[in-house]
Amino acid sequence: MSDIILETKNLTKHYGGVHALEGADFILKRGEHVAIMGDNGAGKSTFVRQITGVEQRTRGTVIFDGEEVNFSGPIDAREAGIETVFQTLALADHLDVPDNLFLGREIFKFRLGPFSILDYKAMRKATLAGLEKTAVKIPNINNTIQNMSGGQRQCVAIARTATFASKLTIMDEPTAALGVQETAQVENIIRTLKEQGESLILVSHNMRQVFDLVDRIVVFRRGRIVANLDVKDTDGQDVVAYITGAKTGAEFEGAA
Amino acid sequence: MADKSHGIGGLSFDSSKRQWPNEINVFFALILIVVIFEILGAMVMGQSFLFDSNDRFDSIFNEARLRIIILQVAIIGIIAIGVTQVIITAGIDLSSGSVLGATAMIVMSFAQVAEVNGNPNPKALFGPAFLDLPVIIPILVGLAVGTLAGVINGALVAFARIPPFIVTLGMMLFARGVALWWSDGRPVSFPTETYGLIGKGMTPVYIFIALAILFHFIMKYTVYGKHTYAIGSNEDAARMSGINVARHLVLVYAIAGMLAGLSAIVITSKNLTAQSGMGFTYELEAIAMAVIGGVSLFGGRGSIIGTVIGALIIGVITSGFTFLRLGAYYQEMALGCIIVGAVALDQWQQKRAASRS
Repeated sequence: MSDIILETKNLTKHYGGVHALEGADFILKRGEHVAIMGDNGAGKSTFVRQITGVEQRTRGTVIFDGEEVNFSGPIDAREAGIETVFQTLALADHLDVPDNLFLGREIFKFRLGPFSILDYKAMRKATLAGLEKTAVKIPNINNTIQNMSGGQRQCVAIARTATFASKLTIMDEPTAALGVQETAQVENIIRTLKEQGESLILVSHNMRQVFDLVDRIVVFRRGRIVANLDVKDTDGQDVVAYITGAKTGAEFEGAA
Repeated sequence: MADKSHGIGGLSFDSSKRQWPNEINVFFALILIVVIFEILGAMVMGQSFLFDSNDRFDSIFNEARLRIIILQVAIIGIIAIGVTQVIITAGIDLSSGSVLGATAMIVMSFAQVAEVNGNPNPKALFGPAFLDLPVIIPILVGLAVGTLAGVINGALVAFARIPPFIVTLGMMLFARGVALWWSDGRPVSFPTETYGLIGKGMTPVYIFIALAILFHFIMKYTVYGKHTYAIGSNEDAARMSGINVARHLVLVYAIAGMLAGLSAIVITSKNLTAQSGMGFTYELEAIAMAVIGGVSLFGGRGSIIGTVIGALIIGVITSGFTFLRLGAYYQEMALGCIIVGAVALDQWQQKRAASRS
């Protein structure tokens, strides 16, 4: 088992004439937390969409857990062990916490095609275990999502990761819509994931958060990776310089 | 740092946010309406509405009236069970009444007897090969025709992405046309004796109750039900979670169509004839039952139990107005007000719940 969980080589995505992502070479080690930063339209979300199979790449290779993968959709990626917390929350408002965690991958007591009988007890138990693992506290998991705050919703979305023992978690701006206290809670959960050795890609605009939470920062600009920085050797000003294009990493010279 | 003993965002468990099942509200509304009719009955008619005040029955209830109440809503209730599922997916089915009409004509022409009082069946639509068929054939034909209409509805909604309102409006007109075209508008009559048993006496009620229990179980305890709610609640989330939304929608509309077909079998058997106008406005009554029962037209909310109680409310009101010897027009006015009132009350409750959280 190699210590690299995810590697992309020459990952490229064109939307017609628009080169949204150009030749991205990216490596993520097991247990590593990496932030992806960049201005709007720099290619961060495009990059994530190619890895999670939401879109099909134009060219390049993705190696996940030692094997070259071609996900035909986000479901494939999830089954392989990549959990994504989307910017727009993928939760059903009228369902409760276990229902949402297990949506599309329910546990059954008895299989009978579409009329398979659900095992509520097992799902509830697994939910509680998952919440415990992430240190997420939700007052009542039988409450429907519509009665929860934004922070609680985000926590439910993140708790899916822990419940399904994924190999890689991708979060696309998980705190963009949250208040100060809720953001702190979500950041706590991310720290818990770090302690448990979960690999994470965090897309974020929040400089303080990134420096607080991750080991490495990868900067995107105009569809290309322009910097790969260890948080210990860099500072906010430096990162901003890369984001705005004032500076380009030595190894990426000529890229942008 | 927030105290970890509290919930996320510093919220601790707040029991006031626990949800009160909506069906209980609807049930109280039913009780309230019964009480109103009891009071009016005592004041105006000098007799009880639902209780046996003339010692005509062995029980304390006026059994005859209870039977009529449930019998008159049973057939539309069968349709409403399917319509409820469609509405929970945030869809609508306007075609069920017409599908009942079309299926009634088709099904009856496979259920006819060869001889009526020793003479050849005067209403026979097809040749002798199609007369005196075993009862299973018209039943299967009826279920198949209804299911086919539902599959067409579902496929147009799910794959062609045409709004459900438009799809089922089209099907409503088309199926009514089929009902008229099938026998050039003439009624189809004289079914076999066994066929006549399906809708005889209280059988429609037993069929309705059995289906209500079956689909209550399916909606609550099977993955079909879970996905139906999920699609109505957040279709994108359902899709991202790996649910095959299109296939599921076809299944939901197919079941609704099948139940419309089944109700066609029951009503033709009960009336021993099929007419092209059968089921006219039934779709609206079925929707009314669901809406009164707390099924949200925006999807994701509601239940079979709610719809059954909604059906009983309509039955009680219809029967109550007859009991008070008030004309049918008052009945319709009252029903109109109750439907709007039920939705208004529901919206108000939703808003209040949202502002609390």
